Amino acid sequence: MFLVPDVVVRFFHRMASPPHFYSFTERLMPWLVAIFVLLTAAGLYGGLYLAPADYQQGDSYRIIYIHVPSAWMSLFIYVVMAIAGAIGLIWRIKLAEIVAISSAPIGASFTFIALFTGSLWGKPMWGTWWVWDARLTSELILLFLYLGVIGLYGAIDDKRVASKAVAILALVGVVNIPVIHYSVEWWNTLHQGPTVTKMDKPSIHVSMLIPLLLMALSFKFYYLIALLQRTRLELLRRERNSQWVKTMVLENK
Amino acid sequence: MMKPARKKRLILIAIMVIGAGIATGFALKSFNDNLMYFFSTTDVVDGKAPKDALFRLGGMVIKGSVERPGDGMMVRFKLTDFSKEVTVEYTGILPDLFREGQGIVAHGKLNNQGVFIAEEVLAKHDENYMPPEVKDSLKNKPTEGKGQ
Repeated sequence: MFLVPDVVVRFFHRMASPPHFYSFTERLMPWLVAIFVLLTAAGLYGGLYLAPADYQQGDSYRIIYIHVPSAWMSLFIYVVMAIAGAIGLIWRIKLAEIVAISSAPIGASFTFIALFTGSLWGKPMWGTWWVWDARLTSELILLFLYLGVIGLYGAIDDKRVASKAVAILALVGVVNIPVIHYSVEWWNTLHQGPTVTKMDKPSIHVSMLIPLLLMALSFKFYYLIALLQRTRLELLRRERNSQWVKTMVLENK
Repeated sequence: MMKPARKKRLILIAIMVIGAGIATGFALKSFNDNLMYFFSTTDVVDGKAPKDALFRLGGMVIKGSVERPGDGMMVRFKLTDFSKEVTVEYTGILPDLFREGQGIVAHGKLNNQGVFIAEEVLAKHDENYMPPEVKDSLKNKPTEGKGQ
């Protein structure tokens, strides 16, 4: 259907097979953890120690190294969840369904962290913990969408039916993603406009930008680690009666 | 090649997402004014802001406009959106980031003289982050407000 090289297609076909996915991710995990630890250490050292204080906000701005990567992840994970949900709906791939639902609690956590750190940052800088402006409100709606996905999945006993319901909810909720991103441009908001993700060059000094990008990458790896762990667990739970799980358990004894 | 059943599901999903997008677009468009967190100074001068009701006013504090006319906590300053100006009076403690040349959002109402009497002032910081040295080398104007 798409112009994708054969090697990639074959990789995805193999990855969609639960036993292959399970053993492949087991071998991958130590590498992911090592990269995550290195990135986080470098990002925090750069952000909290090497980066200079801001001309206006002094040292308080350093919460940006948690707040902004979390906010980016909250949007990124939602898109991954919706796409995985769509793949599950269209191709009926079990693994895609599991990736979708496993992403929800991680995304909800990042959304909560973004809202919470934003509130902590807002009090000293803006003078308020919370305002109902378009950016903050749409991000709060994102948290409710994640919680809705988790709740809906839990409410339906047949997990394959639950996955379909959840995928539809996630796909409808995708409209909120551009709303969050462009809220600061479409409407007057207390939240300032984009610093990094704009057409122009970023309006942040390079010494502050590099640690920010490192932290963003480190959060991506954290997501990958958490996602794979959750996916593996859910896979075992769903496939507990299948032959490959039995064989694996017996071999490990 | 895609199997017909899959293709049908793909099309259904695409229609659903596009439909939800269009519906949201119309809804947001019709509530556009309510989604604005604050009115601009031009809105106020043109009479678009509510009379005798609380609303929020946003703009940049004009350099050199901040004055404290009495001994008390009252502070008076002018806001601009680089087109029209509105005078604001506020009694209370200003946020740390309040300074001339910065954006703020004030909550309050207009009095009969067209002066905005603020009950609350929030600072709206910009999207620029840089070390103080860089800021110093960037600015050419000696009147740059530092602190209040």
